[in-house]
Parts: sequence; structure tokens; C-alpha cells
Amino acid sequence: MGATIVEKIFSSRCGKAVAAGEVVMAPIDRAMIHDITGPLAIEKFKEMGGRKVFDRNRVVMLFDHQIPADSIEAAQNHVFMRKFAEEQGIFNRDLREGVCHQVVVEEGLAAPGEIVVGADSHTCMYGATGAFATGIGSTDMGFALKFGALYFRVPDSIRIEVEGTFPRRVSPKDLILAITGDIGADGATYQTLEFTGNTVQNMDMAGRMTCCNMAIEMGAKAGIVPPDTVTRSYLAGRGVMAPLEIASDPDATYAEFKDYNVSTLEPQVAVPHNVDNVVPVGEVAGTPIDQVFIGSCTNGRFEDLAAAAEVAGTETFDPKVRVIVIPASRKEYLKALKAGTIERFVNAGALVEAPCCGPCMGGAFGLLAPGEVSLSTSNRNFKGRQGSAEAKVYLCSPATAAASAIYGVITDPRGV
Amino acid sequence: MKVWKFGDDVDTDAIIPGRFLTIYNPMELAKHAFEGTRPEFAMGVARGDVIVAGRNFGCGSSREHAPIALLGAGVQVVIAKSFARIFYRNAINTGLLPLVCAETDGIHDMSEIEVNTLKRIAVVEGKTYHLEPVPAFLKEIIEAGGLVEYAKKLEEVPLCTVSR
Repeated sequence: MGATIVEKIFSSRCGKAVAAGEVVMAPIDRAMIHDITGPLAIEKFKEMGGRKVFDRNRVVMLFDHQIPADSIEAAQNHVFMRKFAEEQGIFNRDLREGVCHQVVVEEGLAAPGEIVVGADSHTCMYGATGAFATGIGSTDMGFALKFGALYFRVPDSIRIEVEGTFPRRVSPKDLILAITGDIGADGATYQTLEFTGNTVQNMDMAGRMTCCNMAIEMGAKAGIVPPDTVTRSYLAGRGVMAPLEIASDPDATYAEFKDYNVSTLEPQVAVPHNVDNVVPVGEVAGTPIDQVFIGSCTNGRFEDLAAAAEVAGTETFDPKVRVIVIPASRKEYLKALKAGTIERFVNAGALVEAPCCGPCMGGAFGLLAPGEVSLSTSNRNFKGRQGSAEAKVYLCSPATAAASAIYGVITDPRGV
Repeated sequence: MKVWKFGDDVDTDAIIPGRFLTIYNPMELAKHAFEGTRPEFAMGVARGDVIVAGRNFGCGSSREHAPIALLGAGVQVVIAKSFARIFYRNAINTGLLPLVCAETDGIHDMSEIEVNTLKRIAVVEGKTYHLEPVPAFLKEIIEAGGLVEYAKKLEEVPLCTVSR
């Protein structure tokens, strides 16, 4: 009987055949901690009697949620983590590099066939590289830091096959929002979403990251794109050589098969207060907005900023709307600077912030007052996610965000 | 012991909003539990009260502050039709017992509830509800009193051992 790519990753890393449903104590190739969940993970590591982390070179530490420190408490957390990094000899990227998930992928810290954990739910984004990557809590992370291993129930997989060519100004974000609306907020709980088909094969790494990033919004344990030439050339430029040839067998067992075609896909919007509450943009067009956020681990890459800037053109944004643009990392920021994208946003009236989680964190800055409405390229629209529980958050693509920023109401980017 | 009844898809931003994540003290976190979505919870909850919910309880962020806030509030058991994966693991790791029950629709807010974890039943208004067992490998962690205690006793990890 054949195996899925995820079953193969666990089998390969454990040196024996394991199948979906089995529970295995598997070795960890990389563990990521940031400023919000990291301090507690370190505390738990110490409570467990941890003295030295399993491998200091396999621990990724950086700060992205509350940077520069927005409170004395945040500053103390940063100090605590810096001290731990120093004691352990862990290379701490501190607040310099950007949003954790973007940094892990762009620095080649997740590779095909690896098992990667992060103390953050959107860790599933690294599946875009062909790694098995999943978000865990701080106590599980404490355990992983100590032992370099963790219990996993090997997940079964839903095979998502996507065909067709994206229409103009329709993007992978619209696709993954449509899939989330279809599968539902718990439709993939404990499972892996395996993204395949022509559209995925033709998708750049930025788009694949957007899709894998939002797997958690369906309850999935991981999202994964089987590595191909796109993956290999991306990773080759990041010092990851000779990635494993790894793919699902044709006769692998899947929990479900889902087919999508993007050729007729319209821009999608997730309306408050659930991510699976998804409608075509036309249904909410004209909704007044107070704030637009273009950024996050979901949509803060250069490709996303460029797509937004293309729609914005030389227009200025509606002065009644606060437009906040945050590149996902220092490297993506530099790309956007060199391409003139940042200048275009600044000219249009946007506030451009240094790479970090921004308003998606719901605590640092860019918070909403009661009654306010935000349109955001990030991943969650839960009540209170970006400030007041009386505020509303809509989710969309970078193109829809830019079109809406021009008019001050939710706007179909295809008509701009 | 009374029931605090919630619906489907209770997310971890609702349990503890992002602006309180610099706090790690359970009692302090508990003061802000459900602050935006159910403001009467933090003041009204009593030790031993039980949260009963629909599907997908604890979806969203991996923040362990969520089960810690509930523990700080005195809640030791959450009963739901289903749990989001990360919250479920976090709950077991921190000593909050997440129990699956298919029939939570019949359980109402503020009802008196008795939970017997050994018999795996909950009794509400004279009616008995059956609670599903937790997976065997997690039971060991629960019996140890959470993952920290479990890890303390572990000499070395049983790497690559497989169970079901």
C-alpha cells in the first residue's frame, strides 16, 4: 500500500514505516520560538529539568510580535529570551529579521522531508517547502527543546487538487479563502492539507506559503506542497542543496479528495467573525472601512506588496482610511524598497512599518476602536483579534485591500 | 459546580485577547478570560465550574495562555463536541482536562453539573452524558499531572516508538 508524503516524512525520520493514525515520538529537525510564546516555553524547559537545549543550532529564536517593545512587560520578555540565547549559545535574530514564519522559510531553515515545530499556529506555512511543519504550545515546545523530539499522531491527509489559471487580480489568497469557506473552520482537524494540481505547480513560493499558512484556519495540523523544481530552485538560492525526492505514492490512502478550479474564481472576503465565513467580494462591496492592513505572514511578501501596489497605481488612498503596510521580513522590505513599491505606498498615504506581526497580533499597535472596521490581508478575523471585540475584521487579498484603500469601502480589484 | 455554556468555534483570542499575552501568571490571566466576548465570566466563575461548548473549542492561536487562563479561573474541565488540535494538546499538557461529548446541545448555561472523570460521565439536571476517552498516549501525561511532570520522570525519550 502506498504512503502519503507526510507518512513518508515520518517513516524516513523514524527509520521505520509509520502510517496515519499511529502515534510516534519523532525527532525534531528545527524548533522556532518567538517573543510571545517563547518565554513560557523556556520556563517549561527549565521546569522539566532542562539544562542544555537538544541542539542550539536547531533552535530558531526571533522577536516579531511586540517589536520594538511596546510595553515594559514585553521588554522584560525580550531581555529574558536574550539571556537564555546567550546562556545556550543560540543565535538570536532578535527584532532584526521580521515575522518568524517568513524568516524560517527565506533562510532555508525548513527543507523537504524535515520535521519542524514552532510555538505559533501558523508554523504550518513551512509546508510550502515540502517540510512537515506544525504549530505547538509552549509546554510541548519546552519538551521539544529538552529532548529534540515530540509525540505526534501521524495525520491522514486531504488531497487538494487545484486546476486552472488565476484571472487577473485573483490570487492564491482568494483560493485559500475559498477553500477555507468550503472545508470549514474544523473541516481538516488533525489532518494535513496536501496541495497539488497544475495551479499549485505553477504557483510561486509566495503563493504556496499563503496557502499552507492558512491550513490551520481549517484546523489542519499541516499544509504541504510536494517539492518540485520551484521548491528546489528557491531552496538552492538559500543554501539548502539536494532536497530529498519525496512525493506521495499514486496509491496512497487519503481521507478525502477535493477539487478546485481557479479559472472562474472571484476575489474572496472572509467576513466577521470567522475565517470560514467566506463570500465573493461582490457581496460585501461598498462596506465602509476605517483601516486597511497589508502585511503578515500570510501576505506580507514582496509579491503581495507588488500586487497591492499594481492595483494602487498612482492613486492616493482615501484619507479617511488608515492604511498600514508591513513587509513580512527585512529581506522582503528591501526588495520592495528597491522596486519602488514602498515609495508608491508612502506617496499614496500609507503608513509603512518595519517588519513585524503588526495589527494581526491585536496587542502591539494598529488596534481598532469599538465600531471600527478593518480590512486585512492577514489570517484571522476573530472577535477582538485586532483590538476591540466591538470592532469588525474582514480578510482579503492584497489586491482587494489596495482597491478598497483607494475608495474607502470594500472594492472589487478587478474593476479598478 | 455550574455550566458556562459556549457555542461552536470558540477561539483562543476570545479566551484570552492578544493584548494580555505578556502575562503568564494564571490568576492574572484569569482576570481577563473572555474579556471581550463574555465579560461576566471572569467575575462570575467559581472554582470547579465547567465550560461546555460546541464544535472546535480553542481554535486559532497556539497561545498556551488560553488553558492557563481557564485554570487560573478555577476551571478544570472543558467538555465540547470537538476541540481544535493545538488547544487540546495544550490543555492536557497544562492539566486542564478536555473531554469530548457528542451531545452538548442539551446542556444549558448555568445548569448544575457533576463530572465523574473515572466513570467518564457528566450528570446535568438528572441526565447522564457520556464522555469519550482520551487517547492512550495522552492519558499517561494526564496521569502524571501534565507534561512537565511527565517529562521530569523521563530519563530519555522513547525515540521512534510507535503506538496507537
